[in-house]
Amino acid sequence: MNWFDKILPPKIKTVSKIGRKGVPEGLWNKCTACQAVLYGVELKHSLQVCPKCNNHMRMGAKERLESFFDQGSIQWLAENVNTVDIFKFKDKKKYKDRLQEARKASKLSEALLGATGQINGLSVSAVAFEFKFMGGSMGSVVGERFVQTANHSLENHQPLISFTASGGARMQEALFSLMQMSKTTAVISKLRQQGIPYISVLTDPTMGGVSASLAMLGDIIIAEPGALVGFAGPRVIEQTVRETLPDGFQRAEFLLEYGAIDMIVDRPKIKQEIYLLLGKLGFSPQGHSNSELPTALPPGNDRDWVEGELLPASDR
Amino acid sequence: MSLDYLEFEKPIAELQEKIAELRRISSTGELNLDYEISRLCAKNLRLTKEIFAKLDAWQITQIARHPLRPYTLDYIKRIVVDFQELHGDRMYSDDGAIVAGLGWIGDHRVAIVGHQKGRDTKQRTRRNFGMARPEGYRKAQRIMRLAERFGLPVVTFIDTPGAYPGVGAEERGQSQAIAQSIEVMATLKTPIISVVIGEGGSGGALAIGVCDKLLMLKYSTYAVISPEGCASILWRSADKAAEAAEAMRITTWELSKFGLVDKVIAEPLGGAHRDYDETAGSVKDKIVEALREFENVDNEQLLENRYARLMSFGKFELKE
Repeated sequence: MNWFDKILPPKIKTVSKIGRKGVPEGLWNKCTACQAVLYGVELKHSLQVCPKCNNHMRMGAKERLESFFDQGSIQWLAENVNTVDIFKFKDKKKYKDRLQEARKASKLSEALLGATGQINGLSVSAVAFEFKFMGGSMGSVVGERFVQTANHSLENHQPLISFTASGGARMQEALFSLMQMSKTTAVISKLRQQGIPYISVLTDPTMGGVSASLAMLGDIIIAEPGALVGFAGPRVIEQTVRETLPDGFQRAEFLLEYGAIDMIVDRPKIKQEIYLLLGKLGFSPQGHSNSELPTALPPGNDRDWVEGELLPASDR
Repeated sequence: MSLDYLEFEKPIAELQEKIAELRRISSTGELNLDYEISRLCAKNLRLTKEIFAKLDAWQITQIARHPLRPYTLDYIKRIVVDFQELHGDRMYSDDGAIVAGLGWIGDHRVAIVGHQKGRDTKQRTRRNFGMARPEGYRKAQRIMRLAERFGLPVVTFIDTPGAYPGVGAEERGQSQAIAQSIEVMATLKTPIISVVIGEGGSGGALAIGVCDKLLMLKYSTYAVISPEGCASILWRSADKAAEAAEAMRITTWELSKFGLVDKVIAEPLGGAHRDYDETAGSVKDKIVEALREFENVDNEQLLENRYARLMSFGKFELKE
């Protein structure tokens, strides 16, 4: 408490507290890019995409999956897989305490959620990383939940979709975290053998061990506009090469240019793009035959062609 | 003090110097110092054993990174008969940080893939300090696929600070290259034996480290991130690397306690660099032992076992 607070009469102190209570958290948000003040409800409706500048802000795992699946179709998977602090790891803080804080900050039990449900009536499974939970870092639980969700895909012959947002492997679980890279990769190879599509959606940020395993192994890889994706973090690279990195380095647009991903898609259009892709890969809702999918060109075509070029999905 | 000795070996180095001095005097023939010399030698042995009996994780890290520690090519030279090196990823270039080729170990034909560090400045530049770029991992994949087609077991030597964090590496898909290597190894229809001979540095190590049998030299490390990297993120200071090394349990001894290592390979007193031939002999014995173990396992069983092995990694609890 500074000297000014000390001499402040108690009444004024209480008044100011009430004042703060007046605006509930989350009612107003600021766009992290253009600083526009945005109404929370509206932002939720736009899936955390700024209506002013199309900045794709980070989205929670729960919100992500709930908005991805058809309403009321979602069933959570692998929720009972939970963290153990096997090494009793301690840095400045105990791992145990960091876990507590992460649970509070994210309102989730771990950094990955798995679920199954339907998109436009098609049954699929999906996982989403929660960046607010220790930077979406991958430890034993993230790996096991990914595997269990993928196993659900295998057992039910359902496509698997993953939404990544992660700084990489979780240091507090040391080598066990590194081994999750091979564990998740192994189950993806099973999907390939069974002819089940695996679509990877890269969201901001997807780095390190997560990028260098499950994220870059999608049969089709989609990224959200502006997402930072890479192996080494920009700061580490700057320290190594001792030069400033160019604007846009490791962003989704950079990855598309270098051939690392298939497409960049705006968040509100991702579900539909995935649905249409899966249709072409032979996965349509039960009772639908492929003949019900669009095969004849609609008048003017439904994609935006300009001078013989197809506009990228993010510009449509 | 000679460069061969690390900070914690200072008392050993001092004794060695004293012994050398006495030997010099003794050789002039003026004095007979044999008794004194043998007494000091015995003391030196005792001291070395004492120091090496209680090394901490940071000291072991320094041995694993010792500039004289035997590298992949030092082992290949001593273990592999008729080694023929194969180069290039057929897409972009040949990465000197990864060595690959074919040869014989005992009566087994094998494919070899390993990180290679450099001994002097010129070599270090060529080998990029053992930090591979995407083309290195793509070369590794190519050689492993070749081994699969012709039924050769794969032996990998792991010794890297990590995958190279550079602009070009990112442009050419470092993440994709590592991920694909992991997938190739997870599904490769031939036995894979990996030996950590020095530093097992995160994704760059795992990219040639998915295996049926993991061997580690006694004074090696294997970690999810370098102790310095971990310290600068979690402690916000790279000076806490020693604490990070301890906390992450990166040594062979700690990792085997948690069931992550299949076999520990002994090193001579003072570390592998004190006797290349002896170390290489032990490494060869353990590799041959492992190769024999897989000789009669059919590929289907092999892949099933490898899959079960990969799935078993991780510690968690089941609760609602």
